[in-house]
Amino acid sequence: MKLGFLVDLALCMGCKGCEVSCKVENEVPISMWRLRVKYVDVGTFPETKRTFTPLRCNHCENAPCERICPVSALHYLDNGIVNVDRERCIGCAGCVMACPYGAIYIDPETNTADKCTYCAHRVAGGLMPACVVACPVEANIFGDLDDPASNISRYIMQHQGNVKVRKPEKNTHPKHFYVSGGEVNLNPLASRREEGYNLFNNITHLKHIGGH
Amino acid sequence: MVEHATAATDAVVTLDVALPGIVWGWMITLNMWAKSIGTGVVLVGVYLLKKYGDRVASVRTVMPVVSFIFLNIFLLFTLLDLHQPFRMWHIFFYPHWTSAITVGAWLATIFTGIIFLMAAGKIMNKISDEQYNKLMWAAFVFAIPVTLYTATIMGEAAARELWQTPTELLQMALAAFIGGSATYLILGIGDENVKRDLAIVLGVSATLSFIVYMGEYYFGAMKAEEVAATIAFVKEGGAYHTMFWVGQSMGYIIPVLLVIVGLKNRSGSMLALASVLALAGLWIAKHVWLVIPQLLNLS
Repeated sequence: MKLGFLVDLALCMGCKGCEVSCKVENEVPISMWRLRVKYVDVGTFPETKRTFTPLRCNHCENAPCERICPVSALHYLDNGIVNVDRERCIGCAGCVMACPYGAIYIDPETNTADKCTYCAHRVAGGLMPACVVACPVEANIFGDLDDPASNISRYIMQHQGNVKVRKPEKNTHPKHFYVSGGEVNLNPLASRREEGYNLFNNITHLKHIGGH
Repeated sequence: MVEHATAATDAVVTLDVALPGIVWGWMITLNMWAKSIGTGVVLVGVYLLKKYGDRVASVRTVMPVVSFIFLNIFLLFTLLDLHQPFRMWHIFFYPHWTSAITVGAWLATIFTGIIFLMAAGKIMNKISDEQYNKLMWAAFVFAIPVTLYTATIMGEAAARELWQTPTELLQMALAAFIGGSATYLILGIGDENVKRDLAIVLGVSATLSFIVYMGEYYFGAMKAEEVAATIAFVKEGGAYHTMFWVGQSMGYIIPVLLVIVGLKNRSGSMLALASVLALAGLWIAKHVWLVIPQLLNLS
């Protein structure tokens, strides 16, 4: 079994339901995110378009975070999920430095690394990840990539040529796919960030990371 | 970058969460800097002992003592930088051998143990020359990977395109030669010939290190968008532009000039000044290079 994730960006409407359900399900601390939806505006007024991109851990097959972790706190589960053992983690932040997707953070409450685990605890109980359940338009598709009859496998087949991963040049082999994703969705350098430009807040950088 | 291409592709992030700040900061810089001195005094010290023998007899005590002090600074700040420092023992009981952090921690621990035996044996006068020499060669062998392993950690940090292992390996080695030679020059070890050798090691290492940085500065951006975006932080108008050039000037340019003048005038004080500047500049240069890739947005 090789569990994977797919987001159809043509369906996503940026409601952030997945973000909120992830926060609640995993008790993610304030100012930290396992999953977030980024808005990028493209074009010049009046010819503009708003894009929405949910961003989470890619559960790479060749995960740099797993490789650099000195104590195997980041490890593979048999179903392919890259999991975190918070009791094992020493908080060296090597994984934070290694993840090309910025998906790992140091939890300020536990002082250990944390990230999306595809809700491994729910999956173990036969449930879908919380974000999948919360999505009102079924833009999140989760399943077994090894099973050609699974929803995700069939979806990928149906959208051949329009399925992408983030930063394939990093050789991480992500198991998180996007349908209808363009440069502005998947390449952080393809959009600019301006201080104070965000719609609802002016906080662009965290000043405090972890326990010191 | 595509957002600058045309008005139609202009792209601005309009809603996102706050991005993480710098995770590996001054403590990691101090870690690398102290390690350069801790291993450098061994690498350079063994060379001095082999070439000059009894003319640099004091090196047999100075080398392990200075190395031990700086290795402990390195280990202390490695520990303090952990968010869970009391779990450091996990690295020895749950080692993950694909991690350069694990391999480095083991090597550094063994190396520090050897240096401790040498220092304690010398200070307490309880070590024979034969025992000392065996330990010295073991220390020399271990000093090489302990010097270099941080470059492999930076290589495993796949998110930071700027840190390429081959380049960083060279920079780590050169930093150790700068650290070792500068420390002996500051301590005034040896006669004029010894100081001349040390000054040449310092001058050549600083020159090569500067050349590598300039190679990255001017050419690194030509092949990768991420490197270009990272290097922009030290280019004109970048947040670390001034600090970068202060580091390059203090760490490499001025010391090389002082070494040339010092050698010409046979001035020990000039060489000592070059060494102090080189050590201070080395910290600044390394800090800038550590921090700028962390300013880049990854997602």
